Order: sequence, then structure tokens, then C-alpha cells
Amino acid sequence: MSEAVSALGGAAYDGAVRVEDAGLRGMITLRGDLCDAALRAAVRDVTGLDIPGQRETRLDAERGLVWMAPDEMLILVPHAEAEERVSALRTALGDAHVLCANVSDARAVIRLSGAGAREVLAKGAPVDLSPAAFGPGMVRRTRLGQVAAAFWMTGPETFEVVCFRSVGGFVFDWLVAASAPGSLPGHF
Amino acid sequence: MSARLPGGGLLIDRAKPLYITFNGRKLRAAEGDTLASALLANGQTLMGRSFKYHRPRGVVASGAEEPNALLTIGSGDTLEPNQRATTTEVFDGLEARSQNHWPSLEYDVGAVNAKLSRFLPAGFYYKTFLYPRAAWKHVFEPVIRKSAGLGPAPDRDARDPDTYEHFYVYTDVLVIGGGMAGLAAAEAAGAAGARVLLIEQAAHWGGRALVDDMTIDGQSGPDWVAGKLSALRAMENVELRNRTMGAGVYDHGYVLANERLTDHAPGADGPRHRLWRIRAGRIITATGAIERPLSFAGNDMPGVMLASAVRDYVALYGVSPGDRTVVVTNNDDAYQTALALVGAGLNVPAILDARAAPAGPLIDAARSAGIRVETGKAVASVNGKTHVQAVEVCDQAGEGTALETIPCDALAMSGGWSPVVHLWSHCGGKLAWDADNAMFAPDPDLPPTGADGQGFALAAGAAAGALMAGDALASGAEQGAAAAMALGHEPRDPGKVAAVEAPAQGPMAPVWLMPQGADIAHRSKAFLDFQNDVKVSDVQLAAREGFESVEHAKRYTTLGMATDQGKLSNINGLAILSDALGQPIPQTGTTTFRPPYTPISLGVIGGEARGPLFKPTRKTPIDGWLDANGAVWEPVADWRRPYALRRAGESTADAVTREILNTRRNVGLLDASTLGKILVKGPDAARFLDLVYTNMMSSLKPGRCRYGLMCTENGFLFDDGVVARLSEDSFLCHTTSGGSDRVHVWMEEWLQTEWWDLAVFTANLTEQYAQIAVVGPKAREVLERLGGMDVSREVLPFMGFAEGTLGGIAARVHRISFSGELSFEIAVPAGQGLAFWLACLEAGADLGIQPYGTEALHVMRAEKGFIMIGDETDGTVTPHDLNLGWAVSKKKADFIGKRAMERADLVRPDRKQLVGLETLEPRTVLPDGAHAVEGARLANGMANMIGHVTSTHFSPTLGRSIAMALIKGGAGRMGEVLEFPVDKGVTIRARVVDPVFLDKDGERQNV
Repeated sequence: MSEAVSALGGAAYDGAVRVEDAGLRGMITLRGDLCDAALRAAVRDVTGLDIPGQRETRLDAERGLVWMAPDEMLILVPHAEAEERVSALRTALGDAHVLCANVSDARAVIRLSGAGAREVLAKGAPVDLSPAAFGPGMVRRTRLGQVAAAFWMTGPETFEVVCFRSVGGFVFDWLVAASAPGSLPGHF
Repeated sequence: MSARLPGGGLLIDRAKPLYITFNGRKLRAAEGDTLASALLANGQTLMGRSFKYHRPRGVVASGAEEPNALLTIGSGDTLEPNQRATTTEVFDGLEARSQNHWPSLEYDVGAVNAKLSRFLPAGFYYKTFLYPRAAWKHVFEPVIRKSAGLGPAPDRDARDPDTYEHFYVYTDVLVIGGGMAGLAAAEAAGAAGARVLLIEQAAHWGGRALVDDMTIDGQSGPDWVAGKLSALRAMENVELRNRTMGAGVYDHGYVLANERLTDHAPGADGPRHRLWRIRAGRIITATGAIERPLSFAGNDMPGVMLASAVRDYVALYGVSPGDRTVVVTNNDDAYQTALALVGAGLNVPAILDARAAPAGPLIDAARSAGIRVETGKAVASVNGKTHVQAVEVCDQAGEGTALETIPCDALAMSGGWSPVVHLWSHCGGKLAWDADNAMFAPDPDLPPTGADGQGFALAAGAAAGALMAGDALASGAEQGAAAAMALGHEPRDPGKVAAVEAPAQGPMAPVWLMPQGADIAHRSKAFLDFQNDVKVSDVQLAAREGFESVEHAKRYTTLGMATDQGKLSNINGLAILSDALGQPIPQTGTTTFRPPYTPISLGVIGGEARGPLFKPTRKTPIDGWLDANGAVWEPVADWRRPYALRRAGESTADAVTREILNTRRNVGLLDASTLGKILVKGPDAARFLDLVYTNMMSSLKPGRCRYGLMCTENGFLFDDGVVARLSEDSFLCHTTSGGSDRVHVWMEEWLQTEWWDLAVFTANLTEQYAQIAVVGPKAREVLERLGGMDVSREVLPFMGFAEGTLGGIAARVHRISFSGELSFEIAVPAGQGLAFWLACLEAGADLGIQPYGTEALHVMRAEKGFIMIGDETDGTVTPHDLNLGWAVSKKKADFIGKRAMERADLVRPDRKQLVGLETLEPRTVLPDGAHAVEGARLANGMANMIGHVTSTHFSPTLGRSIAMALIKGGAGRMGEVLEFPVDKGVTIRARVVDPVFLDKDGERQNV
């Protein structure tokens, strides 16, 4: 039995902000009617969290719910629990028309921390990242540099950036370049 | 001679000298100088040679509009040609070189072009294209190329050491331009509570308030600017950025701005340039106005400068353009220059005013200062070789007869002002003609409009046509408040307007040619476009030759097409054209204003996308191992895949042969992780897939796989792959490596826009799994050694799949084959992909297991006659063309492409159809894409082409070359020998055969 490895193998960089592999993260894609009471109850039972609104997140230390689309939720759990949680959700949802898939290995998760983290992301994401417009509890699915990415905040100066595993290295290198010392615009 | 004055110079710090070089000569400058002011301070008025005629040129302007003083800055890796001296801030060690001359700036051989100027008229290029034909290639082009041009390109081995980046910003109000109007607009919008971003292209703020004669609220211009800046900096919702040029305005309030961070401080940390990508609720263009030159003979001589630039150099940089400066004007404003020069202790021999009877406080002041004012007078011509020595004075009303020669070292000219309307116009803002000031100004009723139909830009200050200081300031405050109000903010103190005291100015008089009746000799030396050497006579010739549209005349004469985009020349050129056409200027109109406002670096457009970040490369979980084990990479869509894995001392071709033979004899291992994997789930999933694929998917049993085809609605094949039915209501659809995103989007589009009534969800699981193909006669043994699942023929037959664990790793094992061998494609979680790969290598070591690459994959599938999307298909090929009619259901009522497949053209019997080819000489491999020809040549002389080679390889398995081709009526040509002319006199002959070359009955895979 081999242990799973993350796409970035623990890489880290300290520049204008810190960029680091956030390691393995259990992720479950859930597509369904997010307004459905049974679905909301099942998600609450399995994660202990309530389904967030549009472009919002609900995060606690180990678990989280991330709004992805009007009919899609990303469920965050410890990596080792993912398969079991998928089964639990499938059982709880019974015959309901939903899609529930373990996507824990499909992505890379990169943590970005430091006072300039907003500005680093704003170099590549067409998103209003001013503190007035974006803060903890929100998520954006967007583009970073040339690839699709999503991010949310886990603290006042900390972001988690997720992208597909195959471009994890590219996004990491991109964030490193965008975090070069002395390169922060000083706008926010 | 120009020189540094003993005093003055708001922007320079005389206590901080620094040294620059110009053409290798060391010059002293002061901190705060521009390159232009530093050169003038050192008496260097000759700064370059002109583009076409190699005429000596010096600086004309003091800002972004400069057409002449283009220099090459830096050397080696940092060499950058064509930089405007007027906007280049000096730093210690700056290297500058003048351009477009040989052997030297002072003695230039190319100046002979000037003598030939009558052979280089408007439309010269077009004319030489026409006749004589050979002359262009052999005479004109080599000569012109050598003599024309600007600075040198960097050396081919030079690499830009700097970094560049983009930055996305959202703001309520973006104010472009930090002069009086911009500062007032930012303050008004900020006070109302809007988020404001104020940008200024120069290093300094304040625009003309720093130089021109005015007091604002009892303060001097510079004091008012300083006070306003500290007030704005104290506002939390207002941000100021200098050295940031508004480059372009685009749809819906999108603006690009270029920030120059280290041009003036090379070696500093951080990017050199930053491209701001701004979304603004409202844009205020407070971009000021540009003074126009006057068109008289010799107006391009070094020492002839814009009047405003002359007083800028005096006031901002403490630089005198010369001891004796004649001023020539058609307006009151230029009198300020004469007064500033006299105030600095310099001599103004005369003001030549083209107007008959100018009057007003500035004229009175000039006269009181003892300056000789000549009215109704003009410059007939300028005397001097490489610098102004004297001007010949004539009557403006006449034809240029010189009445007097006035010796001087500089000539300050003013033809009036033109608002900078570029940014207003970029996205469709319209202009109106202001006859009083003879200028185009933004029409406030026709701004560029956003998604809501409302204007998203407002012009303010001189850019809006408010040329007088008091009007400009009021306009700025008003537009700032209006912009904030439009976004729902309440303006504060809307009635508060700063009190501006500035000398009143009387009316200007349009003067487009000086003197008005100038003869051809004078008109041929009166330059409109300095950078492209376009003269009054050229525009008049274009009009005579029938170029009536301003856009045509522009291209024919190249007026306004240089790197300065005609900032100085446009209106003067339009006026000359209008006069030649006998129509009013508004009827002629303007040419189109296009971004960027001034050139920006290619580096900043690319941003971070350079070097390894130029383009994302997708990598599989096995990528690192492959890279360390001899992978020769090839791009497959955005992925990189190993073409082959070369061993030490092995050629790539030998590696491919080895990999094929080993896979066919023993067992091979392929990283197939790039294959798309789309989960389709829901009660209507089977129905949906029946619509998306050409063949029937609803009849597939859970646990089984089926090869499927997808067509566009035009009936053309666009993707293929194996579908595995996971359960009654869920399918896993494999796509091509390049097709996963496209197919996923395709499915979602149909589900969301057409078949929204189907209860189906999809998810792209491509990257969740590493997929590894274990292929070859010994493949089963490898899996059995890993253990954990029964992979026997009985339990896991061909086209079946099973889920379980292999070697302790959760796996879904598909019995599918793209090589014709016994083959298992195993999907494992991506995070354990490498572990599984290594486990396979270990388990199969003594069985001769070897990894193989995409070329071996290609050859093996070609040996089996399997098609490859993108090789056998090109967007015009149907399944039937590829003998895949068996995979197109005749039973289904509908599927995407069904209707199209019934069209006459798609059922023609002589369509190009897939065939196999065997060259008559078995060692000869057909070139990819080679065309088959037959019969007589066509009427146009071309060979009659009947099809082309789509895949071609040397098959090591068969020991001969094999190919596939799409050939007209191919199905009926079995056994025919086709001819492929591949080079002069070389024709390859090949026989049409069944494309399945190996194991036609599939016995190898069915074990």
C-alpha cells in the first residue's frame, strides 16, 4: 500500500509572500439541487457545515464547503476520509439525482500567506481583490495567469489557491514569480 | 546654443549631479532631468536624423508627443531603441545613442536622400511597387531599407533581464492625467466617497500648473499642486500613481495603463513595467492638450521647438534653448514663452504674430517688457545647417518674400492647441469641431457607452476643450463630481470652485500654412509629420492624386503613422488635406485613434508569460520519472508526453523500434494519464450519451466498455474514446488527450442550452486518475504479480472492466487495446500514480517490461488501422469516410450529426475515404501529408490531387512501411497503385490496401 503524494511534493518559497504546497486535501465534487432540503441535510450530516451561498465558503479547521456553481459544491475533508465521506453522502442521498465524486487527487492546493497575498493574486486573476470586495468567506473561480484556478481566504492574509494537478507546478512557479521581492504594487 | 541656466528648474536637484553618455561622450546632468533637458543643458540640440531624408533633427516638444528626439538607450541585454528623450528620466550611467545616421550624427551620408526628396514623394512605396517591377526588389528595397529606419534591434542573443507583470484593479472612478483638471476631478470624486485611482504618465504632477502664469486660490501653481497632492494622499479612497500612462480605453470601462517602475532606477527590485488592467465604473480623461507646430519651411530644424516646450525647459529644468529665441504664433498663449524667456534673462528678438491685430494683457505685457511684437508676420524660412541661425520674416498674407532676417538660436512656435482626445476616442467617443480654437474636442453628448447604454467616460480640463486654466480646473471638479454621482455617490461641496487668476487670452486665428501663399519650394520644406518626414507638399500631392478620404491619405503619405501616431501632425495634416480638397475640416474628419497612447514594451504585454511561464505545460503524475528516464518530449495539446524513452547511446528512432518490438514480444508500459475522463451521471445519462455519441450507448451493460464516436452537428468526427458503464445511471467517457476540456464543455453546452430537460450531471475527472496501460503478451502476468484482482480472461474479458485493488492501490482495470495486444488500462488515484507505475516496472522487470512513448503508440495503432483524431480527421471527415460506419447507429432516432450525415455531400460515393497504403518499395516511407495525383493536370496547371497521406510509419513489426490515406473514392480502389510525387522528379508509388495491416482477426488481443 503506497501513500498518496501531492502534486507539489511540499514545495515552498519565501518572497514578498510565502508560497507553499498545502499538501493533500480530500475533495468531493457534489452536483445536485443545492436548494433541496434532503441534500442540504445530508451535507450537514456528513460535514457538520451548512451549504454556503453563491460565491461563498464555509470552512472549519478540517472541513469546508466551497460554492462552485449554482448546482455544484466542493466539499473539503481530510484526504484519508474522502472515499468514506463519498460513500456516506451517496448513502444519505439515496436515489436522489446527484453526482458525487472523489476528486481528492485531481488538484493541487497552494497556500499563499503574507500581507501582499492579495496583490500577488491580483497580478493574474481578473478579480476585485481589494479588502472591501473580497475577504474570508468568499470564493472565486477564475483564471490565474493562463490557467483556471479558484481561491478563498482562510485568514486575513492567507489564501488557498486550487488548480488542476497537471498545472500545479506551473501555478506554483507563477506564484513564485509574482512574489518576487520588491514586486508588490502596494495598491491594497 | 542651448545651456543650463544659473537658476530655475522646478524638477531638478542641482545638488545631485549625475553623469550620462551621449554617443560615448560623458555629460553632466542633474537629478530630475529628462534625457532631453540634459542634452539641451549640454548644448546638444542635434539629437538624430530623420527617418526618410536623414535631415538633422532636435527635440521639438517636452513630453509624450515628441516625434524627433528618439534615442537608443542602454546596450547589450538592455538595449532599447526609439525611446523619447523627453520622457526618459536620467539616471547615473545612462547610455544614449542617436539613431539613423552613418557614419556619425554630424556627418551623415544618408542626408543625400534629402537632395533626392523629389524622387521620394508621397506614395513612393506604392509607386515603386507598380513599375518597373524588378526595381523594387533590386534597387529600391535594399537602398531604402538601409537608409530608412529608426534605432537598431537588440542583438539576437540579447535577453531582456528585466521582469514585467500585470495587475488587475477595480475602481469606481479612474482619472487619467494628473494635471490641474485631473487633480480636481480626483478630489471631487474622492470627496463624494468613490474609490478613485488617479494616474499620470510623467514622474511629476500638475501639468501646466507648474509652468504657466496663474494663481489658484491665491497660491502659485506649484504650491497649489503640492497642496492638492497631500490632500489627495490623505484620502483613503484615493490612490495616486505617477509614471503610469493610460494606454487604452476598451469596452465597458476597461482600461490598460502602463506603469514604468525601474526605467529611471535600473537594477532596483521588482518589475520594470507593470500593466494595470483596470475596470472602472467611470473614466475621466484629463489628458490635457498638445500644442501644434506651425507649418513653415524649415520648421524641423534643430532649435525650432513648441513654444510651450521652450518655457517648460526654462521653468522645469532650468534650461535655455538659446540666447536669442524668436517666437512665432497665431495665439496669445505663446506670449507666455516670450515673457518666461525674458524673465530668465534671455533675449527675445521678436514675436512674429500671424494675426493682424492681436490684443490683450499678454500682448501688452510683452510690449511692456520691451519685446518687439510684429503682427501679420510669419516665418518664411529658417536659416541654418544643423541648427537655427536666423529666421526670414515675411508677411503671413503673402507668398514668402523675405522682408527681414532675424538672427537667433531658437525659434518657439505655436499653432494653437489640440485636446488629447485619444483615450476618449479609443472606444467610440465622438468629437466635435471647435471653430473658435480650431480644434477637435470630445462631444460630451456622444461618449463611449457601456453595457447599460450610458457613457462611461467623461472628458475634463484641456482634454475636454477647456484650454484656459480656470475653465480646466472647474471642468475637472465638475466631471469628478459627475462621475461619482453617476455611480450613486453624493458629491460634497459641489458649488466650491477654486478661484483661478490667469491672464485672459484673446481669440487665436487658424494658421495651417505659413505664409498662407507659400510656394512649392517652401511647402516642400514645411513638415507636418516630423517622424515620418511628411511635408505639406506630400499631403497636397495625395489630394491631387485622388486620395480624398483622410484614412487613405494617411496611409498613402504615412502621415501620422509613425511611433508618435501623429500627435503633432494630425490636425495640421487634416487642415492641409481639407484645404486641398476645398472642404471644411470637420467634413474631412480625423483618422482613428488607436491604443496604446504611447508605445509600451512588448515585455509588459507578455507580463509573466515568458521563459518557463510562457505557456502552461500540463504534466502527469508520472512526468518526473519519465523526464529522468530519457523522455524525448512532444506536446500533445497542452500536455507534454514522451515521444520515446531513449536509453544511453540510443537514437530516438532506435528507441521507438525497441519499444514497439518489446511491447509486441514482452510487455510495455504507457503513461496514458492524459486521456480525458468524464463522468456522466443521472437517470437520463444513457439517453444523453445516445444523443452525444453516434453509436448506441444505452445498450451497454454495466461492467462493459464500448468504443464510441462523437460528431459535430455537421456530421464530422471530432472525438473518440472508450465509454465504460459504471452503473445503470453512470458512465465514464474517455476522450482524446487534447479533447477532455472540449468534450466536457461540449456536453455541458448541450445539457445547459438544448437538453436542459435531461436529468444528467457531468464531472471532468481527468486529473483525478493516473491511467497506465500495461500492454503486451505478458501484460496479464504483470498484473497477476501485483495481485489483488482476478484479471483472467474469464473474469475480465476483452472490453470489460473491473474495480478492485492492484498491489494495494485502488484501481479500475479496463480490458481495452489501442495496440492490438493483450492490454489493460488501469486507472489509479493520481496521488498514487507514480507508485503504481514503479510497482508495475518492478513486477515486470524479469518479464522484460519497458515503458514506451507516444510514437510507439502511434505506430502500433497504425499497424492495426486504428484512427487517430487529428491525424485521420481534420474537421471535414465523417465516420463513414473512415470505414467506421459500424459505429454509427441506424436505429437511433437522433444523435448529434445524424441529420447532417444524410446530406448529399456526405453520402457522395467519391468522398475521400480511408485506405491503407503499402509502398511498392517496402523500405520507402511516404512523407506525412504527401498528395496522391492522377490523370492530366488541371486547367490551372496544378496536378489533379486525389487525396493525401494521414499517417505514415515504418512498421518494425511488419518490417515494411505502412501508411493510411484519405483518397477520393478510396473504398473502390483496393489494389490500385497510386502515385505520390514528393519532390522534383521523385514519385513514390504505393498500393491501396486494407488499413488493418496486422492481425486482422484480433487474435493477439483476444487472449
